[in-house]
Amino acid sequence: MTMAEAIESFVPDGATVALGTALEPLIPFAAGHEMIRQGRRDLDLVGPISDALFDQLIGAGCVRRITAAWVGNVSEGLGHCYRRATESGLPRSLEVHDHTNFSIALALWAAAWNVPSLPARTLLGSDIVGTNPNLTTADGLVHIGAVHPDVAVIHVQRADALGRAHAWGPLGITEEAGLAAQRVVITCEELVDASVTLSDPNRILFPETKVVAVVHEPGGAHPSPVQGYFKRDHSFYRNYAAASRTSEGFDSWLKRWVFEVANRAAYMKGIDADTLRVKGSAPSVPANFADE
Amino acid sequence: MSDRDYTAQELMVAVASREISDGDLVFVGMRLPILAYAVARNNHAPNARGLFEVGLMRDLPAMSYLGTMGDPPNVAGALWATRMSNLMALMAQGLVDLGFIGGAEVDRFGNLNTSYVGPPSKPRVKLPGSGGAADIAILSRRWVTLMSHERRRLVDRVSFVTSPGHGDGTRGWRRRNGLLGTGPAAIVTTMCVFRFPEGGGEAYLDSIHPGYTLAEVRENTGWPMEPVGDVKETPAPTVSELSVMRALQKSDGGTTGV
Repeated sequence: MTMAEAIESFVPDGATVALGTALEPLIPFAAGHEMIRQGRRDLDLVGPISDALFDQLIGAGCVRRITAAWVGNVSEGLGHCYRRATESGLPRSLEVHDHTNFSIALALWAAAWNVPSLPARTLLGSDIVGTNPNLTTADGLVHIGAVHPDVAVIHVQRADALGRAHAWGPLGITEEAGLAAQRVVITCEELVDASVTLSDPNRILFPETKVVAVVHEPGGAHPSPVQGYFKRDHSFYRNYAAASRTSEGFDSWLKRWVFEVANRAAYMKGIDADTLRVKGSAPSVPANFADE
Repeated sequence: MSDRDYTAQELMVAVASREISDGDLVFVGMRLPILAYAVARNNHAPNARGLFEVGLMRDLPAMSYLGTMGDPPNVAGALWATRMSNLMALMAQGLVDLGFIGGAEVDRFGNLNTSYVGPPSKPRVKLPGSGGAADIAILSRRWVTLMSHERRRLVDRVSFVTSPGHGDGTRGWRRRNGLLGTGPAAIVTTMCVFRFPEGGGEAYLDSIHPGYTLAEVRENTGWPMEPVGDVKETPAPTVSELSVMRALQKSDGGTTGV
C-alpha cells in the first residue's frame, strides 16, 4: 500500500493518532507529512515526548488536541508552532492533555488491557493532575484514565507484507500504543519476506491481526534515527527550529519539505541520504529456534 | 571567571558527578548530566549504571556526539534496550538512586516548572512539558537539578508545579502526599549549590562557586535568602574530573554542552 492510500484509508479527520512512540528514534515523519498534504483536521495526537513532528502537524493546522508528555524539538528546545497555538491560538487553538512519560505509557496500557484507568504513584503532587481531566487522585494514588488511539503509526526497520514488524533499539511506548490502538499502520525501511520476520518471532512488535497496512517507505523516519539504517540528521532539526520561529518561516518550510514534494521518494532527493545512511554492520547473534 | 581554567558549566558537571555514588543506578538526562555520569564512572563510581528513559541501560557513556538519548551510538553497547515502562518499573520500586532533572524555573522548595508561564488556559509561555521529569521527581530516591543562575529562573514559588520537590515546604510534605523518594538533594547553579534540610523544607545555600560572592548570589535569587551557618566555597573541578569531561567533549566535537 502507498503512504497516501494508508493515510487516506486509516487516518480520517478527527482521529486519535499515536505517533513517535519510540521517542527520539523511528519517528514516522513521512506519515505525518502525508497527513498534512491530505489536509487532515481535528486530530488528537498521542505520544510520549514528540521531537518536532507534533510541532509540524500543529503548525499545519491538523491538530485539535495534544495528549503527550512533552512537545518540542529535543536537541534545539522549544516547539515554536506549539507555542503559537497554545499562546496565541495560531493557526488554531489547541486543547492540551498533559502527561508524563510514565503516565502516558500507563494510559495506553489501560486501554490495551480494557480497563478504565490504572493507578500509579507518579504525578502525586504535580499540578499536571489538575489540568488533565483524565487524571484523578483517589486513595493516595493517581488514577490515569485510558487513552484509546484509533490508529498507531509505527515506523520500523523491517516488516513483511502481512504486518509482522521488527524493530530494534529502545522501544519507548511502542508496544502499548500498538496494543491500545484499534489499528496499526506500519511504515518500514525494508519490506522483507515472511521467512525473515518469522525467523525471530520474539522481535515481532504486534499481533498481525492489529496491523491494517504496511507501507514500504525507505527514509520515512528522516530526520530521526533508525538503528542500523539512518543516523540522526541533527542539522535538519536545527534548521527546522530556526525556520519555524515565525509563522511565515514555518509556512515556507512546510512548502519546501511537504507541499512541494509529492511523496517521500521526492523528499529524499532533497537530503544528503548517502551521508546519513549507516554503513557499518554489527548484527546480533541469531537465536536458535529449531523445532525440536 | 576568566582567571580560572575551567568554565561555570565544567564546575557544575564536577559538582553533579560527586552526587553519584559507586553502584548507583542513575536516571541520566542529556548534556551536562551525561558528562557528570561519565566523570563519576571514570573516577569514583566505576560500578554506576545509567538509565535513559527512551528505554536504555548503559555502563559506559557513548563516546560520540548525541543529539538525543535515542541516537544510535547510545544504543550500541547498551546493557539493556527495552520499553520505557520497564525502566519506570525500576523507579517505581525505589531502585533508582539518583536522577537529574533540568528545568526552566525552580523555587525555594525545589519545585520545578517546565509546563506553563502564566495561566495554563492562556499561557504567556508554553514550555514543552514534563517528559519524564515529574516521574523522576516523584519516584527516584533523590535528584539533582542543574540550572543557570538567573533571578527569573530561581523564583520564590513556581506558578505551576510540573515536578514536585518539597511542595509547600512544610516538613514531611512528600511523605504525607505519598511521593516515594526524598526529593531534591541539590540545586546546582552557575553560581552556587543549594541543598535542603532532611525531611524537606526550604533550600539553603551550601556553597558558593569560586569567584562569586554572597551578594551576587542574593541579587540573582528570587527569594529572600538567609545563609544558615558558614557558607563554604565549592571545591573547584579536579584535574582528573576536567580531563574526563574534556576527553568526552573532544570525542564528540565539543557539542555535549560544556
